[in-house]
Amino acid sequence: MGVLVQLFLSYLKIGFFGFGGGYAMLSLIHSEVVVRNGWLTSGEFSDIVAISQMTPGPIAINSATYIGYEVAGIAGSVVATVAVCLPALTIMMLLTRFFLRLKDNIYVRGVVQGMRPVVVGMIASAALLLIFPHSDEGRSFIDGWSWAIFALTLFGSWRKVNPILLIVVSGVAGVLIYGL
Amino acid sequence: MRLLFDIFWSFLKIGAFTFGGGYAMIPLIQHEVITLRRWLGEGEFVELLTLAQAAPGPISLNTAVFVGYKMRRYSGALAAVMGVVIPSFVIILIVAMFFADIRNNVWVDAAFRGMRPAVVALIVAPIVGLARGMNAWLMAVAVAVALVVWYFAISPVWFLLVGAVGGVLWAAYQCKKC
Repeated sequence: MGVLVQLFLSYLKIGFFGFGGGYAMLSLIHSEVVVRNGWLTSGEFSDIVAISQMTPGPIAINSATYIGYEVAGIAGSVVATVAVCLPALTIMMLLTRFFLRLKDNIYVRGVVQGMRPVVVGMIASAALLLIFPHSDEGRSFIDGWSWAIFALTLFGSWRKVNPILLIVVSGVAGVLIYGL
Repeated sequence: MRLLFDIFWSFLKIGAFTFGGGYAMIPLIQHEVITLRRWLGEGEFVELLTLAQAAPGPISLNTAVFVGYKMRRYSGALAAVMGVVIPSFVIILIVAMFFADIRNNVWVDAAFRGMRPAVVALIVAPIVGLARGMNAWLMAVAVAVALVVWYFAISPVWFLLVGAVGGVLWAAYQCKKC
């Protein structure tokens, strides 16, 4: 029961502070799931991001369902998924009702603009946390091949190659490099 | 009832086919909500995107709430959210149930060793584009947030709050001049 409450609170927080979309939410999810509660290692966290890229749906919901199941079975996945949706549901309904009046309010724009550099910093911190994790367990970068895959994927992404394709190709590269 | 089901069904489709998340799904939403169903006009759609980005949470979820609420208030919002969440919930639940069994397979492990650095690259890629529009001060804030959140493992929530308050103060200061 305690773990369900903890899951609910963690994902409520992730839903409530999940500004800036998928990648910005990663550092928040990492902070709750890896750092605070120790539900996953840094490497397992990275695996979920990979799975999330290959399956439909936003990373916030995917990670909620996955981690909820890992921590407390089907009940856990339902609790975490509902929790992550609740803030967006309530806040968007309020905004839809009142935003038309607030839209040109300079303070509202101030809030949005003030959070923008923080959101960019959060995306960068998610990358730093995976490149230089605090514990050695499940590292994302293990040798020169890792950096080669990183550089090629980065280049591919800048050239607008489909991210799902990039993930799949990297997986095949992994099988060829480490599996044979 | 018919409309509720249509809302649910439309967002089920959006939920099932939005790979990669975020902006990749905007054309699909546009097609479903404007072209096919005529639930929104083009102008309302722009309004919706502004809102969906200003509010916390995934864009697909925020879009679902906006459209559902506009059409049928609370029951509409709920139908749309369930539609958008159910595909990813079911697929991830199935993955989670079987992933533990195959995770230690040599081939699967090798594949994930290859995918981990690729994931990091996909996270790094958009940073350059996002940073381009920022001046030196904003850039310094972004770099400081990145380093502190990473090095001290502090929750980024605090920085969002500070950013929001800073933005309001800056707006007030600007307005005093205007």
